[in-house]
Amino acid sequence: MATMFVPFIIYILIVFSAGIISLFINNKNSIQKSIAPLTICGSSIVILAYLLSIFKNIIATDVTVFNWQMPYATMKMGIDPLTAFMLIPLFILISVTSLYGWKYLDGHKLDRTHWLFYSLLAIGMVLVLLSRDAILFIFSWEIMSVSSFFLVISDKTNSETLRGGLIYFVTAHIGAALMFAAFFILASASGSFEFSSWSNLHLPVMKANLIFVLALLGFGTKAGFIPLHVWLPLAHPAAPSHVSALMSGIMIKMGIYAILRILTFITPYQTWWGITIIIIGVISGVWGVLFAIGQHDIKKLLAYHSVENIGIIMLGMGIGIIGVSHGNSIIAFFGFAGALLHILNHAMFKGLLFMGAGAIIRQTGTGEIDKLGGLIRKMPLTAILFIIGSIAISGLPFFNGFISELMIYLSSIFGVIELTSTVGVFMALLVGMSLAIIGGLAIACFTKVIGTVFLGEPRTKFINDVKEVPLPMIIGMAILALICIFIGLGSYFILPSLIITPIAVLTNGADIDTSIVLMKTITKNITYILLLGTIVFAAIFIIYAFLSKRSRKNVKTWGCGYSLPNNNMQYTSSSFAEPIITYFSFSLNSKKKLQNDHEIFPQNKWYFKSFVNDWILTKIYEPLIKTIEKFLKLFRWFQNGKSGNYVLYIAITLILIIIWKFL
Amino acid sequence: MNNILTIIASPLAAIIFSPLFVGIIVKIKALLSGRKGPPLIQQYSNIFKLLKKEIVYSKTTSSIFKIAPVVILSTTILATCFIPLVPEKTTFQFQGDIILMLYLLGLSRFFLILSALDTGSSFEGMGASREAFYSALIEPIIFICLVTLMCLTKNPTISSIFDSQINSGAGMIILTIIPLFVVLLAENTRIPFDDPTTHLELTMIHEVMILDNSGPSLAFMEYASYIKLWLFSLIFALTILPSFDNNILFSLILAVTMSLIAVFIGFIEFIMARVHLLKIPQLLFSAAVIALLGFFINITKFLTW
Repeated sequence: MATMFVPFIIYILIVFSAGIISLFINNKNSIQKSIAPLTICGSSIVILAYLLSIFKNIIATDVTVFNWQMPYATMKMGIDPLTAFMLIPLFILISVTSLYGWKYLDGHKLDRTHWLFYSLLAIGMVLVLLSRDAILFIFSWEIMSVSSFFLVISDKTNSETLRGGLIYFVTAHIGAALMFAAFFILASASGSFEFSSWSNLHLPVMKANLIFVLALLGFGTKAGFIPLHVWLPLAHPAAPSHVSALMSGIMIKMGIYAILRILTFITPYQTWWGITIIIIGVISGVWGVLFAIGQHDIKKLLAYHSVENIGIIMLGMGIGIIGVSHGNSIIAFFGFAGALLHILNHAMFKGLLFMGAGAIIRQTGTGEIDKLGGLIRKMPLTAILFIIGSIAISGLPFFNGFISELMIYLSSIFGVIELTSTVGVFMALLVGMSLAIIGGLAIACFTKVIGTVFLGEPRTKFINDVKEVPLPMIIGMAILALICIFIGLGSYFILPSLIITPIAVLTNGADIDTSIVLMKTITKNITYILLLGTIVFAAIFIIYAFLSKRSRKNVKTWGCGYSLPNNNMQYTSSSFAEPIITYFSFSLNSKKKLQNDHEIFPQNKWYFKSFVNDWILTKIYEPLIKTIEKFLKLFRWFQNGKSGNYVLYIAITLILIIIWKFL
Repeated sequence: MNNILTIIASPLAAIIFSPLFVGIIVKIKALLSGRKGPPLIQQYSNIFKLLKKEIVYSKTTSSIFKIAPVVILSTTILATCFIPLVPEKTTFQFQGDIILMLYLLGLSRFFLILSALDTGSSFEGMGASREAFYSALIEPIIFICLVTLMCLTKNPTISSIFDSQINSGAGMIILTIIPLFVVLLAENTRIPFDDPTTHLELTMIHEVMILDNSGPSLAFMEYASYIKLWLFSLIFALTILPSFDNNILFSLILAVTMSLIAVFIGFIEFIMARVHLLKIPQLLFSAAVIALLGFFINITKFLTW
């Protein structure tokens, strides 16, 4: 079965060499410039086709393993349904983001290393998913973290970018330290670094608990749930948009994947793990979207939505774990189904939205929502694709976000109906309730973005010369939009073959046959109803088109009698979000700024602005880091940079060692 | 065949009777305040009059504004298919159907807000902002109420609303019915949440979002709001009615109940004033607390500590 891996190895080599070649090209030659992105894009499409063709052969029990001989070590690679499932969104995103990035970078001044680090990031993520021993896993995890760090700081002239990059780098390595600890405990219990020896360990409960906590914190820094999210809103806006799409779309999911992978080693699941994950999910979900509503920078807003969606994924995981620990396979099945499907779905629509945001920034030069407006007339295709992504991320029907949220809702409903333990029922209700709140607030947030950026009148003059983005960028976004619609409408045809085997890896041997039948009936009904819905829509559309033949288009918006309206009188994103921000201000640390003069006839312009700062960063982490720094200052005299002193340290150490040996 | 008939009956009833439902509310309100009031069929005439008029589009609006009335009306009609008029099982009943129904209404709200923002008018922006905020607070209340009903009947589909009250001990279902009624008023922006007949743009919610719609476009928007009011009242009516097998008798009783609900809404609009806009979240929050209380009281018997 090792031949199954040959295409993956070839893929990694091709992508790596594309990265290397991009170091030596002439940056002025447009053909040479397109070698790297187009090679990465093409090879990703080919490997995706190959993966889909072998997807059915990969079954849960038979983990195919490939030994990679290296000097002093054997690195194990393997593929099971969970890995294969995660590889699908990964390859889709790599191919569309590199196609998009090819044109996105026109006019950007980037160094030659960009595509090298990009290819390393892609390789790192593929290897993380394929690795079947801790050494290779850590190795590829580091490739992923470091290469993405260099991609984040692409724009080295901007101090904000460097700050974001630095915070990302530090959190990534704090996470890695905790990950090492979890791996070492597992390795010491089994006597090996191979994943195959870690399953069926039957660890004592305390040890399993410890590993769970370490893995949750260690990988949580990558996944970015609250309160470990602080790097996300800084790093995503700093990176070029196709990199943000790749990082937010799939790289943060590597954290979720790793937590899921560790969970399979430390069975049986404890109920309190599920409770912890659900509570973290509720906090990340609700506060993620609340923070997002308060943002005025489009990429920062999307970054907070990644926090929210990680929260939704964790709600699914948590209720799934509770289902397993209570021995209820239906709850477990739908919980994990929702979590896994949301990983795929979020990769699609978040990739699409970040690329849409990139298109706006590339064409207008700003990501500040309140400076834009009326872009639907200048960039109609981008606008439509962005709206599709927004509807999908709000979890509304006809698009994919709905299907995964429905799975988590179902798990919650079954949990309330079928569980008898009070804590289980309470958690199940909490999951559904917070999904309902998150859904409503997500609608508020994305109508705010679309309404301010694409609709209405331009708020600044430079928008008048804005043009649509080049075709490859549109194609990149359109592919993801089509996948969103495809999963949303055709869930009955896609889901059974896609997510049943990966779920079986996670449900811990529970009998899931009844759940499979149930899922098939539900998705079948949904597919039929939504198709009927499109017919209803078409019929009403025809009636409307017939009725609205007589129309006039040359009037101004009704301004309630005011005859001199101007574009700055429109509702802005600040004003749209104001009621929500004010109502939740107790938890948001929001600030308002109203500049006015209290004359009867004001001479100066009045303006109102509201800010939502991330108090978790400014009120918790920054004081904490300052305290640690103060403590470490006590030792600073030791590192004073004088070579004489260092020679002295070496001499003292040597003498101490000699004395120790003789004693 | 029976299946199709049951599915078709509900949207048909909604399309035919929902303007009458609003007509009853308006008439009751007028009679109670000592006016004669418009005829019961006034809403039908309004719709027909609007359909014959021409549409005036603002220069600011884009295609979103044109497509929005179609999306809103079609999703609302599709949502009515989920609530059958008689207790029979249809294709529209499956585990989680209620979520699909609520999210279809969410889709219609998404486009309602977008079409309001598309006009670039600050008044419509205000309405859109309020609609987005209040509906986000309403959604969890609906979820808690319906999950309580599902839990009482051990039935994870919408048909749980048909015989939920039988299983509730000591009539505690009232704690679920009260928030459900608050939701009915809040979702459809009736008094005390918003006054549909107000003429001050600064304080409106739903009506201000459709300021720039005219002709058939306005007719579609209005019709969708009538149907939505009908839909929520229907859910409420079916929750308080016990179910039985005779479909014709059940439909008759349902018709009487619906008229009584319309009378009751009209009565509430007569006795109450609109609450302060900033107090609405508190009102919704209290409804949520009652719903939670109802959930726990009603399901205690199924729990073990």
